[in-house]
Amino acid sequence: MAGRGRGRGRGQMTFNLEDVGIGRGDSLPPTTFKPSPLFPPMPVQPVPLQTGEEVEYMLALKQELRAATKTLPFYIRRAAPKRDVDRYSDKYQSGEIKDSTIEWSPDWSRLPKELCIKVREQGKRPTPQVKRTKKPLVGKEEILTKLETLEKKEEAVNSEEEQDEEKKKTNEEEEQADEEDYEEDFEEDTDYIMSYFDNGEEFGGDSDDNMDEATY
Amino acid sequence: MTAQEVRLCGLLLQEHFGEVVERIGTHLLRGGAQNLRTIANETNTPLDLVKKSLCVLVQHGACEFRSGRRGPGSPVEYRASCERVLRVLRYPRYIYTAKTLYGDTGELIVEEVLQRGHMTMSNTVKTVADRLTHNMEEGRSMEYSEVVSAFSKLVETHFLQRCPPVAEVGTAATSATPATPGTPAAPASTAPPTAESNPDCYKLPHVTLIGRGKRRRSSDDSEEQRGGKKAKMDSESCGDEGIYWQVNFERFHQHFRDQAIISAVASKMDQTSSEIVRTMLRMSEVTTTQTAAYTQPLSANEVFRSLPPNYSISRPILDQYLSLLVDDPMEFVGKSGDSGGGMYVVNLQRALANLARATLESVVQERFGSRSARIFRLLLRKRHLEQKQVEDFAMIPAKEAKDMLYTLLSENLVQLQEIPKTPDHAPSRTFYLYTVNQLPTARLLLQHCYKTVANLIERRLFETKENKRLLEKSQRIEAILASLQASGAEPEQLTEVEEMITAPERQQLEALRHHINKKKNPENHIVGFFMNLFVNYGGK
Repeated sequence: MAGRGRGRGRGQMTFNLEDVGIGRGDSLPPTTFKPSPLFPPMPVQPVPLQTGEEVEYMLALKQELRAATKTLPFYIRRAAPKRDVDRYSDKYQSGEIKDSTIEWSPDWSRLPKELCIKVREQGKRPTPQVKRTKKPLVGKEEILTKLETLEKKEEAVNSEEEQDEEKKKTNEEEEQADEEDYEEDFEEDTDYIMSYFDNGEEFGGDSDDNMDEATY
Repeated sequence: MTAQEVRLCGLLLQEHFGEVVERIGTHLLRGGAQNLRTIANETNTPLDLVKKSLCVLVQHGACEFRSGRRGPGSPVEYRASCERVLRVLRYPRYIYTAKTLYGDTGELIVEEVLQRGHMTMSNTVKTVADRLTHNMEEGRSMEYSEVVSAFSKLVETHFLQRCPPVAEVGTAATSATPATPGTPAAPASTAPPTAESNPDCYKLPHVTLIGRGKRRRSSDDSEEQRGGKKAKMDSESCGDEGIYWQVNFERFHQHFRDQAIISAVASKMDQTSSEIVRTMLRMSEVTTTQTAAYTQPLSANEVFRSLPPNYSISRPILDQYLSLLVDDPMEFVGKSGDSGGGMYVVNLQRALANLARATLESVVQERFGSRSARIFRLLLRKRHLEQKQVEDFAMIPAKEAKDMLYTLLSENLVQLQEIPKTPDHAPSRTFYLYTVNQLPTARLLLQHCYKTVANLIERRLFETKENKRLLEKSQRIEAILASLQASGAEPEQLTEVEEMITAPERQQLEALRHHINKKKNPENHIVGFFMNLFVNYGGK
């Protein structure tokens, strides 16, 4: 009894085929055995693109915008991954992008406090001597920061950030300025001012001139 | 926030802000409101990079933050907005509109504000003056006052608006001292303030900016640094700190909508009627809210008085034009009363719905042929039709009509509606009617547009990557040519350099440039824009 209609013409279905429009004796299109092709041939060609002065101008604008956004500080690039060995010149080449600094200075009052990270200064200004001696060398922070110069640079920046979170908001700018000052010196990893540094390239040259003195 | 929209947003973010921002942005778009730690953990990005990206996104208005939902102690939550990122596609159109309305100065102002997200007025004025000076001849420079006047015109016509003030979120809440007065606890249930809720939204700050644009020379780097420092000090003394301006996108959209209606009237009827409609729209610019279905009623007398002087038509002719507009089946203008010579309104919503319908019909026509378009139009007008009725009304043989209907059905442009005759929905006793739902179909087309644009962007990126070598070579050649020409070389040298690119390479280059430039064609935008407007109006 079941399956009586099987195999006679088309199979029986729950609804009337004629209502949907497939009349008696009509042949259906062949069944498909695979999914439709990814790029089927198009039966009609698309309408040609618009041309005109406006459109050309807007295209040019778009290209310019695309190029311009790459140069703005809003284009975030990851810092270059650390090379295998720390090089000596790393201390003196500070022009690279770091993850922990931001290249533009947003208005921090319009952003939540947790987003605040150090603003990268464009071209360091050498801090005058006077300013440094005026700062009182107060106990805990100075000792801590001096100790941390022995560690790597990233850890130094991290500890500054931890200290930031501990302090109250009102003191934050002062401390940032303090730490920036300290960090400027400590990035050089010496107690000497940058301009006094002599990297020894002209060392060998002078000694050839004075042959009177004995060289040891 | 469909999958296609998110994909397109991701591509746009990547192009404009880099991969890091793209990853954070798509994560936020897919995941809704999240706090900082969640984002950092789920995207496996270092915390500093997440902070930077969020700063960029908030700066450009793509992301908003508010205090957490679980009470005053919970961390700040960030939410990205898909719509705002998709507006990046229309930036050139905004800039071009500003150019047509307010000239080069206006164009540069809008371009600067768009690129930076939001800026103070003094910053904008200085940057624009410098850019204009750079493009002028030697010895001339741009006055700040001209730029300020263009800026104020933009603000008066509401194209620029102040950024909404930021509620104190997560800033004072971390300090647990309850005794700090003056920082009101932000109630977690209020929505973030919009720009319009600020009563000073369109008020210019009282700042006097006197000066001229500086011409930047590439040889004085140190001077520029000092000059930059000086400019910073100047802006501190300008007095409009904290007042940031952003582009008012809704106003631009309103302008585009008006333009679309006017051009539709012009193409359907004639130039004079489009001028009449333009006058009516201009008069009701400030009195109409943005989501209004029709403008405020205007009397024919007012319209007559406000017509532009070079279109001097007599009063009875104006009345005839108005009645023609009212009788037009596209229903652009409606009559709402008889006082004052006849009160007329512009039916914004109706006009947009009709424009969207026309766009749908033309899409069907272009893709499936004019007979399918006939069936589609028939279904739009007659709402529900049976298979047999479709064949009869469209005057198309049964077999072909069936074929076309099924094609349209498979593309989801046409739907089947079941109407049962008996309570058990027995298929033999049910009516099956074909119908077209305009709003869902418009949304479908909009998603198709987004998908197309995303595909085009990807194709462009692919082609650029494949032909990077060739593009770089041609760039270098151009640079060499330019430098040679600047130093006055002979023609032989120039031709020699030009020949460094062989002919087939040159052809390939031209074809490539052609393709790359034509990507992101504006047509998609027009279609997409109509659909967007229509969908937003929620109209029928």
